[in-house]
Amino acid sequence: MSRASLFVPLGIFISILALGYVGFSLDARNQLPSALLGKPFPEFSATSLLRPDVKITKAELLGRPVLVNVWATWCPTCKSEHEQLMRIAATTDVLMVGVDYKDTPERAIQWLEQYGNPYDYVLDDRDGSLGIELGVYGAPETFLLNASGEVVYKRVGDINVRIWENELLPRFQALEIAMRGQSGAGR
Amino acid sequence: MIISSRVFRARSGAVLFACMFSLLMLGSAMTHAESQIDIYPFADEAEERRYKGLIEEFRCPKCLNTNLAGSDAPIAKDLRGTVYRLQVEEGYSDQQIRDYLRARYGDFVLYDPPFSAQTWYIWLTPVGLGILALALLARLLGRARKQKPVALSDADRGRIAALLEEK
Repeated sequence: MSRASLFVPLGIFISILALGYVGFSLDARNQLPSALLGKPFPEFSATSLLRPDVKITKAELLGRPVLVNVWATWCPTCKSEHEQLMRIAATTDVLMVGVDYKDTPERAIQWLEQYGNPYDYVLDDRDGSLGIELGVYGAPETFLLNASGEVVYKRVGDINVRIWENELLPRFQALEIAMRGQSGAGR
Repeated sequence: MIISSRVFRARSGAVLFACMFSLLMLGSAMTHAESQIDIYPFADEAEERRYKGLIEEFRCPKCLNTNLAGSDAPIAKDLRGTVYRLQVEEGYSDQQIRDYLRARYGDFVLYDPPFSAQTWYIWLTPVGLGILALALLARLLGRARKQKPVALSDADRGRIAALLEEK
């Protein structure tokens, strides 16, 4: 036994500590990466919650950055992010699309009347089939799409001030700049 | 007497522990098998077996360590419905169903991470540990082979013979 090999157990112990430290400090290790990232948002046709005679398709979402927010009245976290969504709707010109996921339409309509409606379109997904197309496994979930309808970012969990300022706003601004650059080149 | 009863007590403790542990395991295995109660019509038993195999195979996206068959999460129920619809109503093959779920929920649902920049260490760690173990084994064997028999002096032989005779 050389003297150095006496330190092997200590080395193993320290590497276990390091693994634990890294593992437990990973932010949101329970979040799945979206299979849609970098891919086109799926084609869909959904009923408008507020105008049941109107069908909304992916064509309505093209041409500008879009925030697709999956929410429901049964979801407490959706309530807590609602104010932030209202602020986003008021301060930016991002197109806001709400997906009312596995919910009762009457309750959802009442919710929007009571707390305000931040969305340009609200899709009625009461059976959750659009949710499955989007790889949704809970609510809230939020997607940011670019002008050509590709998913550039996905958030599982609430949109709070920190997420908006650090994750969403910079990406949204980059998308706006890219769009302006393109329309400038077109002229 | 005291020693033997203590041994007995220790042993019965171990037996008790083993019994309780296996009961616990059995209990969790049973709840695992019985947690879903969807009723779907199937044309024949083979179809039903295929469906059961598929929902055993996929992981529930919400619950991290349960498959679709064993989870009570609403999303697992929805995905069981989706698997049923794809298999029975749309006539998808097993591989088509796998591709469908993977396109929406990622590699996560497959319990089978592909080799990629994020997952290489999962695949390579066992190989690395195997190589390490072989290297250690080779070193130990080499050291054992290097040991040479020691020549005994006549005095040592005499002492050994005396010791053996004493017995």
